[in-house]
Amino acid sequence: MLEILTQKLGRVFDRLAGKGKLSEGDIDEALRQVRLALLEADVNFKVVKEFLSKAKERALGSELLHSLMPGQQVIKIVNEELIAILGKEPSHLASVPHPPSVALLVGLQGSGKTTTAVKLAVQLKQAGQHPLLVAADTRRPAAIEQLKLLAKQQDIPVYSEAGKVTPTTICEHALKEAKERASTWVIVDTQGRLHVDEAMMAELADAKSALQPSEVLLTVDAMTGQDAVRVAQEFHSRIGLTGLILTKMDGDARGGAALSIRFITGVPIKFMGTGEKIDALEPFYPDRLASRILGMGDMLTFIEQAEKTFDQQQAKNLEKKIRNKGFDLEDLLSQMRQIRKMGPLEQLVKMMPGFSKLTPRLSDNEGEKHLEKIEAIILSMTYEERHNPTILDGSRRRRIARGSGTTPKDVNQVLDYFYQVRKLTQSLTRGKLPRNIPILQNRNTKQ
Amino acid sequence: MFDWVKKTESGVKRSKEAWFSKITHLFDQGAIGEKTWDELEELLISADVGTETTAKLLDRVKQRVKADKLAEALQVKSILKKEMVNMLSIPNISCHCGQSEESPRVILVVGVNGSGKTTSTAKLAYSFSSQGRKVILAAADTFRAAAIDQLKYWGKEVNAEVIAHKPSGDPGAVAFDAIEAAHSRHAQVVIIDTAGRLHTKFNLMEELKKIKRIAAKHDASAPHQVLLVMDATTGQNGLAQAKYFTQAVGITDIFLAKLDGTARGGIVFAICDELNIPIAYIGTGEKLQDMAPFDANAFVDAIL
Repeated sequence: MLEILTQKLGRVFDRLAGKGKLSEGDIDEALRQVRLALLEADVNFKVVKEFLSKAKERALGSELLHSLMPGQQVIKIVNEELIAILGKEPSHLASVPHPPSVALLVGLQGSGKTTTAVKLAVQLKQAGQHPLLVAADTRRPAAIEQLKLLAKQQDIPVYSEAGKVTPTTICEHALKEAKERASTWVIVDTQGRLHVDEAMMAELADAKSALQPSEVLLTVDAMTGQDAVRVAQEFHSRIGLTGLILTKMDGDARGGAALSIRFITGVPIKFMGTGEKIDALEPFYPDRLASRILGMGDMLTFIEQAEKTFDQQQAKNLEKKIRNKGFDLEDLLSQMRQIRKMGPLEQLVKMMPGFSKLTPRLSDNEGEKHLEKIEAIILSMTYEERHNPTILDGSRRRRIARGSGTTPKDVNQVLDYFYQVRKLTQSLTRGKLPRNIPILQNRNTKQ
Repeated sequence: MFDWVKKTESGVKRSKEAWFSKITHLFDQGAIGEKTWDELEELLISADVGTETTAKLLDRVKQRVKADKLAEALQVKSILKKEMVNMLSIPNISCHCGQSEESPRVILVVGVNGSGKTTSTAKLAYSFSSQGRKVILAAADTFRAAAIDQLKYWGKEVNAEVIAHKPSGDPGAVAFDAIEAAHSRHAQVVIIDTAGRLHTKFNLMEELKKIKRIAAKHDASAPHQVLLVMDATTGQNGLAQAKYFTQAVGITDIFLAKLDGTARGGIVFAICDELNIPIAYIGTGEKLQDMAPFDANAFVDAIL
């Protein structure tokens, strides 16, 4: 998307090249493209309007007019402004001097409250706190069981009550229980509710005054559209929010809703939910969300995911081995397997700036299939062949093709590819080993 | 009998108050000007219709206005309405495709996390069983904690047998058993409630394909309906959801859930337009009966 934006902006400014100076109209034209990008990312249209007038002001008063690459400058300004709005608040929960501190989780149905409650409790526990989870969702069938099950897996206590009790009563009892248990944090999972449901919002306000929470956190689905602002405004005006948690960020939604909410309500974004696993809750980084909203690819997330997945020790061993003995097909195989562990190639590519325009061509798991094929070919070789591919004559190659269900041409391609990678690693082992990127690069330049 | 029109109306009433009433107001202003188009664009975008689809709709209206030499804003309204209805009107062919008389109708319910699959499944089951049809529910969401309990609760409420295995069991096996149970117990409908999954998760989408393949083991024409449940608050990502799920398991129609809030579900215009997938039902509340068949006319009528 950023590529598209960059291209479009580039085209706008190309037409203007040689004009010497850009007019206000030229900048308007450029910002129109930015506007579309923001709207596509679900940023609220009112927010877009205000945001653009701000950006325009800056663009007009800036070095943009004399810049050699005005397109890049526009993006830079827009990106900086986005980051400024998203704000840099430390991603931690505010506590009270005398425990227990209370965090109240609120939101629409299906926004991810229960999962997020447990994720928060797990983080607090890891930080040496003693959390108590409270099941205050008495309406949705099996909501209490859901919380109990998740908490049990993490060995975190849950307070719940059966029968017809109001959430406020449950909260009051839970506070008592927390004091008895000497819990330092109380995390309250509430029922999903519509911001326009008068009775339900009153109930929430009631529970809040009983709990006196230091944090009232709104969970917002990253896929939410234009309505997000209204939802947040209602919740904020009725019960006063202290933070946002943006959930389901592991999908491909651009998360413009968070920007809108932050812009309109000023409530800081505290965390992002990034997966179904119980530890998939990350601090919020404004620069990452800004790039994502602009469709810039999420290189940092990619790097982090790579770090998480790649076995550092194994990488070191590989580096050592290559220095001593050189790179062979066995190493290529293990590199590829590591890459595949990180997730589908299509998704990885999406995170790489500059590569997202290639993804249409990578559809239908073509990339996965490609990797599978390479793997099958290498696995059909003997150990000797893997270590010393120079012995691969025509007859051996035909045998490998048969064994892997491919053609000799495929085998040749893999070997060509292997030699390319090896050349690269050899030239780079003097510096530092490029662990895995060559495979992706090669694949993509081939496309 | 036609109380679904009422439901559609009441379901989108809030949306109407929040947004579309502005259009009506706009139309009362008399002559068409540049401002009319700008405001219309904003209004459609704020309903999550998306920039491309909005441009498309407005272009069509503009062409008509030009061709017919119209000058009054009120006329624009009726043309826009027609174009909107037009975009949403897609024949729903999932209803009786190749289904034999004896074998039960198999409905596979899919969607992203938290879109409302289990509740919508319950509503569907309720509507079938109140028509006197025997329904079997398959608790194929073996991943989310207590999802099985949730479906079992609804099963009791709607008087449908729930086939379930242990948590984290094989969802395909649950689907298989449920269809087998439906055959032996002469049930007419099997609804398979699956785990929520983001459309970008390769492995989870593969799992879904497998469930679909297994559903076809008894009856090659099954599943007869692959229903995508979508939250009406979804923004532009809804189109990607519909695309990816269609690629994986061939969505036949959409259940637009949670239309009782202030969100307008405008992304369905893009989905209908680009992917040609019809909207089958709308969800209008938390109760079992809070569901209505989708009707493009009623939908657009109620909101314009």
